[in-house]
Amino acid sequence: MPVLNAANQIILGKETEVRLAATCLLAGGHLLIEDLPGLGKTTLAHTLARLLGLHFSRIQFTADLLPADITGVSIFDRERSDFRFIQGPVFSQLVLADEINRATPKTQSALLEAMEEGQVSIEGETRALPSPFFVIATQNPSHQIGTFPLPESQLDRFLMRIELGYPGRDAERALLTSGGRRTRAEQLDSLLTPEQLPQLQREVADLYAAPPLIDYVQALVEASRHTSVFRHGLSPRAGLALLAAARAWAWLAGRDMVLPDDVQAVFPSVARHRLSSAQGGNQASSTDIDSLLKRVAIP
Amino acid sequence: MSTAHQENLARDVPPWLFVSALVTTLPHVTHLPLWLSVLSGTFFLWATWLWRQDRRQPKRWLLLLLVVGCCVGILSEFRSPFGRDPGVAMLVIFMAMKLLEMRSRRDAIVLLMLGYFLLLTHYFYSQSIFTGAWLLVALWLVTATLIRLHATAMSAKENMHYAGQLLLQSLPFMLVLYLLFPRISGPLWGMPQDAYSGKTGLSDSMSPGSIANLVQSGEIAFRVRFAGPVPQRHQLYWRGPVLESFDGTTWRQSMGRRRAETIQHTGDVTAYETTLEAHNQRWLLALDAPVSLPADAALDGRLSALAQKMVNTRQNFRISSALNYQLNTDESPGVLSHNLKLPPGNNPKTRAMAEEWRATLGNPQAIVNQALRWFSDPAFVYTLQPPLLGPNSIDDFLFQSKRGFCEHYATAFVVLMRSAGIPARVIGGYQGGEMNPRDGFLVVRQSEAHAWAEVWLEKRGWIRVDPTSVVAPDRITNGIVEALPSGEPLPIFMQMHGGWLRDMRHRWEAINNTWNQQVLGYDAKRQLELLSRLGLPEADWRNLVIALGIACGALLILIMLWALHNAKPEAPEIRLWRRALRKTGVDCAPWETPMALVERLQAKQPALIPQMEPVVRHFLLARYAPDNTEHLAALRAAVASLPRRRPD
Repeated sequence: MPVLNAANQIILGKETEVRLAATCLLAGGHLLIEDLPGLGKTTLAHTLARLLGLHFSRIQFTADLLPADITGVSIFDRERSDFRFIQGPVFSQLVLADEINRATPKTQSALLEAMEEGQVSIEGETRALPSPFFVIATQNPSHQIGTFPLPESQLDRFLMRIELGYPGRDAERALLTSGGRRTRAEQLDSLLTPEQLPQLQREVADLYAAPPLIDYVQALVEASRHTSVFRHGLSPRAGLALLAAARAWAWLAGRDMVLPDDVQAVFPSVARHRLSSAQGGNQASSTDIDSLLKRVAIP
Repeated sequence: MSTAHQENLARDVPPWLFVSALVTTLPHVTHLPLWLSVLSGTFFLWATWLWRQDRRQPKRWLLLLLVVGCCVGILSEFRSPFGRDPGVAMLVIFMAMKLLEMRSRRDAIVLLMLGYFLLLTHYFYSQSIFTGAWLLVALWLVTATLIRLHATAMSAKENMHYAGQLLLQSLPFMLVLYLLFPRISGPLWGMPQDAYSGKTGLSDSMSPGSIANLVQSGEIAFRVRFAGPVPQRHQLYWRGPVLESFDGTTWRQSMGRRRAETIQHTGDVTAYETTLEAHNQRWLLALDAPVSLPADAALDGRLSALAQKMVNTRQNFRISSALNYQLNTDESPGVLSHNLKLPPGNNPKTRAMAEEWRATLGNPQAIVNQALRWFSDPAFVYTLQPPLLGPNSIDDFLFQSKRGFCEHYATAFVVLMRSAGIPARVIGGYQGGEMNPRDGFLVVRQSEAHAWAEVWLEKRGWIRVDPTSVVAPDRITNGIVEALPSGEPLPIFMQMHGGWLRDMRHRWEAINNTWNQQVLGYDAKRQLELLSRLGLPEADWRNLVIALGIACGALLILIMLWALHNAKPEAPEIRLWRRALRKTGVDCAPWETPMALVERLQAKQPALIPQMEPVVRHFLLARYAPDNTEHLAALRAAVASLPRRRPD
């Protein structure tokens, strides 16, 4: 897959994460990247936008960012004696919401509403967002100072959440010798035309999932509900997300059917931010997710 | 398998093991020697402390030293390694010590198996409802721990739930085994030889204070259910040992066989069923005078009904008694003269008074009346706390202290009678009983233990005379609590004689009684009855084993049918996949995908890859691809071409 290869040239040593991010976009979902500052979150978002040939805008979330800064405002045009709507940065095909948890909940929800509905309502008028419409949000771990953690209901709107983590030894060495990657990302040529992506997405959505595989997805979702490890189980929306992501993962692997391996590969990224541990108030640990996978027999 | 057993224990497993060890051993504390309980408790606390502090467990040589020390201690305590008590002590201490050696899963399994076995040993000591309930809970916990050991991802609640489900599923088998398992009495099946020690009851001799001690106990001696109306309380004399030999302080049974009694009875016969608790003696405590007895019991010539063997388990039997009777009007002269013997020289004042009565009154009946009149002097007090008496105990009692308990009055009366030339003897037994309105059983406790006298009169035979009834008429008509002088401290259980407390006690005892009658009372005899009702008369143990096999088999078949009925039919590709795994001898966890399996094999058994690769490919296609018929055929061919595993 040329897009993946090109992206791996920019984001070094993170093949799995890059593939997961691409999976998310192919499945038509929004992506949340959570990690410490400086690990390449923004670069990844940038790279994907460039490679997929999407119209891209970036919003740096800050504590004083207002909803109108995202959606846009109407200003009075004196020449035409009328209000003219100035579109905000949200009217792009790919929106990078950088450090989304630095903004207040009110501003966050303006973006999240747009993500869910595919449209924004401003001053009583509903305006459709471009299609395709993706949000890649990055977020610092919520124990960092000056953050407003996203509530569970809004986390659910992201199809996947991934973590980048520190680069490997070799990758870091290459990075240090050849310099940062941000400028290189901006110079990338797009590998897809704007018409190709929706078509790929349709192909992915039509990928065959056999009844035993759907049984497996169902069993996983049910198992998450019948354990006391998590406070709540996975929602039906999470089940849909799991299947969609598994399809995209299978498509990226070049298969025309979904295998349990695909489900297992995307499961942690799809499920973990939707589950909270019953003991602490925190998100479920990756061992909890792992043991959930190991409890469910493949039908 | 062996690698799984050597796995280190997860950190959250030991608390389960601690609880399991605790519930399986705790009830033994009531009868273990104190030092053993303390030592086991110390080991237990030591193990929990090590776990909490995350410290290393003690070295092997130290444990070995401790084991040897404990074994030596137990041997010197019990003087034998065999039998119930040393065996149980050994198991309990091993259980506590095993907690100090919890390295691998294997250790934990050993501990749990030991726990299962320890559960059984509790029945050597008690078979009460409480023990049963405790052991059920313990069984539940130990089973949950066993599950915990193997299913680390489950939460505690799920563990308990799962274990409960397992136990419920085993319930039908438990019932079948309870009903049909052959109840053979024999050394292997029965209780250990020393299991019957420590049962209390009447003893076969009586010295001052022996009954007063017994009265302190609220334990139940036996329960009686009358077929007809319940006789009046003053007729309820339950006969135990007949004491005819007196050495000055102690009354004993006389040895030697007697000819059979001649009993002439008039009036109705009272039929009843007795459930007698174990008391390690032979007498059955029948009402005077028994006219029909169970097959394995007989009268001993003194009107005491005796079982063939010691009563060392709870027994159930039917007796009929005639309350109006004449006993041995033709008593042999040898017996009569034996019942006149007194140790020479002691109690001179008593003898002098009796001889004086004999000289002045002459008529035996008049002498008996005179003696009873003597006791009706208000100076005589009925009390559980009599003063100590000197060597001439009867003299001291009759002329000085005048305070005593039924045994004092009975023995003094008999000595008086013998001194006056009237054959007389002391009878031990129980008097009265408490009717439990909840279930209609008359409950007779150790506190109802009593002693009375019998005198032999010409033409009338042996007649019961109870001097206590003269001193404290309430003892006979209303029971001991009413008879004791006010202000005398009562045993705790006797203080609960009023109001709701008594009602609660009645309820509880009725429940216990039902448990005894219905659950524990199901013995070989009742088993035979049940089987003959089921159409298996004359069932010996072979038939029982066959019936047991059939019942268990039928249960299994039922369960299998049920499972088959509920199971989804297995897809052909899954069947083929399983066969491929069997043929190659490859383990595949339920959650492991075929691709992951291939990856694992590549690392560990690369030789298998060429065989497995087509199987996996066709299996995946057959199972997950849109159209699977041709893949299924390919899979079948691939599986068929697999070579059989060489036996390793």
